[in-house]
Amino acid sequence: MAEIRNFCIIAHVDHGKSTLADRLIEHTRALSARKMTDQVLDQLDLERERGITIKMQAIRLNYRARDGKEYILNLIDTPGHVDFSYEVSRSLAACEGALLVVDATQGIEAQTLANFYLALEHGLEIIPVINKIDLPSADPDRVRRELEEVLGLDGRGAILASAKTGAGTEEVLEAIVQRIPPPRGSVDAPLRALIFDSHFDPYRGVVAYIRVVEGQVQVGDRVLLMGTGKEYEVTELDVFRPQLEPVPRLQAGEVGSLIGQIKNLRDARVGDTVTSAENPAAQPLPGYEPAKPMVFCGLYPVENEDYEGLREALEKLQLNDAALVFEPETSAALGFGFRCGFLGLLHMEIIQERLEREYDQKLIATAPSVVYRVHKTNGEVLEVDNPAKMPPAGEIEQIEEPYVRATIITPGDYVGPIMELCQERRGIYQSLEYLSPQRAMLTYEMPLSEILLDFFDKLKSRSRGYASLDYRYIGHRPSELVKLDILLNGKPVDALSAIVHKDRAYLRGRQLVEKLKEVIPRQLFEVPIQAAIGSRVIARETVKALRKDVLAKCYGGDVTRKKKLLEKQKEGKKRMKRLGTVEVPQEAFLAVLKVD
Amino acid sequence: MGWQAEAGIYVHIPFCRRKCFYCDFPVLAARREATVSRYVDALIREIELWGEQMQAGWLASGRSGEAGQFVSLYLGGGTPTYLNSSQLLRLLAVLRQHFPLTPDAEITLEANPDRESLTEEKLAALRAAGVNRLSLGAQVFDDGYLRAIGRDHNVRDIESAFILARRAGFTNINLDLIFALPGQSIEEWQLTLERALALQPEHLSCYSLIFEEGTLFERWRAQGRVDPVPEETELKMYELACNLVSAAGLRQYEISNFARPGRESRHNLLYWRYQNWLGLGAGAHSHWGDRRWANLWPPGRYEDRLQEAILPIDTGTELSLSIEEMMEEMVIMGLRLIEGVSGQEFARRFGRSLDEVYGDTITRLVGAGFLARTPEGRIRLTRRGLPVGNAIFAEFLLTPGSLTT
Repeated sequence: MAEIRNFCIIAHVDHGKSTLADRLIEHTRALSARKMTDQVLDQLDLERERGITIKMQAIRLNYRARDGKEYILNLIDTPGHVDFSYEVSRSLAACEGALLVVDATQGIEAQTLANFYLALEHGLEIIPVINKIDLPSADPDRVRRELEEVLGLDGRGAILASAKTGAGTEEVLEAIVQRIPPPRGSVDAPLRALIFDSHFDPYRGVVAYIRVVEGQVQVGDRVLLMGTGKEYEVTELDVFRPQLEPVPRLQAGEVGSLIGQIKNLRDARVGDTVTSAENPAAQPLPGYEPAKPMVFCGLYPVENEDYEGLREALEKLQLNDAALVFEPETSAALGFGFRCGFLGLLHMEIIQERLEREYDQKLIATAPSVVYRVHKTNGEVLEVDNPAKMPPAGEIEQIEEPYVRATIITPGDYVGPIMELCQERRGIYQSLEYLSPQRAMLTYEMPLSEILLDFFDKLKSRSRGYASLDYRYIGHRPSELVKLDILLNGKPVDALSAIVHKDRAYLRGRQLVEKLKEVIPRQLFEVPIQAAIGSRVIARETVKALRKDVLAKCYGGDVTRKKKLLEKQKEGKKRMKRLGTVEVPQEAFLAVLKVD
Repeated sequence: MGWQAEAGIYVHIPFCRRKCFYCDFPVLAARREATVSRYVDALIREIELWGEQMQAGWLASGRSGEAGQFVSLYLGGGTPTYLNSSQLLRLLAVLRQHFPLTPDAEITLEANPDRESLTEEKLAALRAAGVNRLSLGAQVFDDGYLRAIGRDHNVRDIESAFILARRAGFTNINLDLIFALPGQSIEEWQLTLERALALQPEHLSCYSLIFEEGTLFERWRAQGRVDPVPEETELKMYELACNLVSAAGLRQYEISNFARPGRESRHNLLYWRYQNWLGLGAGAHSHWGDRRWANLWPPGRYEDRLQEAILPIDTGTELSLSIEEMMEEMVIMGLRLIEGVSGQEFARRFGRSLDEVYGDTITRLVGAGFLARTPEGRIRLTRRGLPVGNAIFAEFLLTPGSLTT
């Protein structure tokens, strides 16, 4: 056990985490050069394309250190995005140390900070790595100062590296061996192993990725999952190279995977503790909480007959994504669909994209909503995740909405505009600290719903792309909220309803009808658009009827071409939803997000 | 099948002195004489090949009339008058030799109203060779706009070409006009209409400028160098044309076409009534029964194939149309006509009534005032439906195979 090191890499998005992992793998020859594709740990296509890590992976490296000894290094990859912070925290719990990667050209960003504190909470040994030192604009001295002044780390201990050129790779490996402590935990104690990730394999069922904290587990053992209370027989144990390689046993300190005829991902939840069914541990490992969806939206097939196809696609995605929840819902406007819950906006986007790309589903997505806690006058308390389901104003005593603590790191020049933005978004100012003379950290508490409203894009545009954001849920708080209804052709469209703050209702109503006027194409009929609170109309616009759409010539050779144009027109219509006589394009349902 | 289509022939002459800024037709600008004569030779070979095919019985089932005669011959382009008199006369002679025409067949020649390509001598020779309809690409009666759209003639050229044509014995002349040019006002368009009508043509085509992909105008529009006229202005220009032209005694018979009664273009009616047409020349399109194809483009490829005595069809464009496609095309083309689509003919042609196929759509659009049913069982666009035709046509598209089961 003295020769085992379990570690992870944490970083702000784009600071080079996955590339550094590649260098470590290459250096220890865990993969032959032939198998080495760029960023091997990011297995999903989507991850590679977007340059982000969604799903964690692990790999076991063999390293002969300068002290002459052979070490086993288990690298556990972590997702870099705020939506997946619970998963980050689980993979941190499986390690004794962390490489904290910081971009030498950018310095500490919001997620550097958030991940650093998470690692600190888990008591990990932190090795700072200043990456991308090959770039001309690299400023390692400034980053070193930030590490010291902001994080209180010893700047001299930071390793200068370039994952691109391979510089510093060996220093990183040596630091892992020398500075990260070996795992502790008695092999003789009752088994306690943490599930830090899992995936579904169509042939073998659930593959649970585990870190054995105490005791040992062997093929043939009966194990108990302490969170769910279910028992399984272990049919296979593996280590990651990175493909699975069977081993007879895993013991305290080791990282590997467990297969045991577990049919459903929900039965092997990330964070749960595996123990022996015969000799169970007295206490599970700390910190288990099922991932809780924070953001909901309705997903509807454009054609009603595709409903079953959408259900099957969602079920398949759920096999590999325990955080995705969905249940059937009906909308007067959109027909049959599903209310889906996500960890955050990115998670939502990824699911929508995968449904369209991998499962060929044509979707109408409604605007995302948070979960409101509604106290009714009759004492009942409801959780409402769909604005259309908000009870009538007369029955509501009070509404609470989720708040987050948002941390924003930005060049000092943009502090003013960003503070303005946060004020506009009902933010409550907490603090302003300077990380260095040029860089500031702002903290606000604000409603999560305001972050869903295009906040990140606005933040980027007000800081020329330089500001970074991280946020954590801090609880529900009472707010003065009202339901805004949208009427097309005089008929309310439930899927366009929004919950907004009372003081902004008029403004938002006006902006919303203006935006809808832009995105709803002109049709054969005039289409009135209204915004209303209860029965009171507060804003109104009209999409004028189509006037002219034909006067081109059309001769013998034009038949094919003309028809192609018409087919295109028809194809465009297919992506629209027919509400009564009005054709509404998909983006209309997201219009609420795009108003300024 | 008790139903027989009428048939016509289109011949494409793809040469112009220069390409107009709005044109997206298969056209080559400014060619050497040798290029043109090589093309004419190829064209004649194609005509002869089709002649042999017809002897062998091809195309037999698509021509009405006693001897399977053609009702129209149309020389278009490009600029057919880019050819010299002897080339044109040779072409006409070979065409007549291989394609039997009805005694009253319409023989149209498109011409550019410039002094160089349209001489008195040429006009007289063509008239004598049987050409009985002339279509002049006048476009606009304003020298500034003519230059702005890339034409190489001026207003005086139009007027003198028209008078020459009358003198040569042409009693059926069409003028092509374009409106909604960038910067054009309603008053300026009215001036063009008035000067065109003053010549008393038998036929007038009025098209609004379309920024087609691949044209200079479209590029300029994308770069912000020219702006389309506002939609409301364009609509007023269209209405103005309908009113002024009707007042001058020409009847509107298609969305963009007007004619003295009896002088409607027989050739274009073949398209709009969805009959049969055989297109000859590089890039020309054909529709025959349930088949559609285009010839090879550019002329080099077209000529090569004919060297080997093979019909120059671009096999990638050959289509065998489903019954649904033919139905929707008949309706889409037919609704462009003021007379609309004949329910009787539809039923005779396809063995199903219009209502069986389109009942719901028709009822919905009639209810909304865009479409009307006539006592004779036709459907046609209303005044309100005409300007938004495309939106209506799209409603008539069918899913292939949907009617066969």
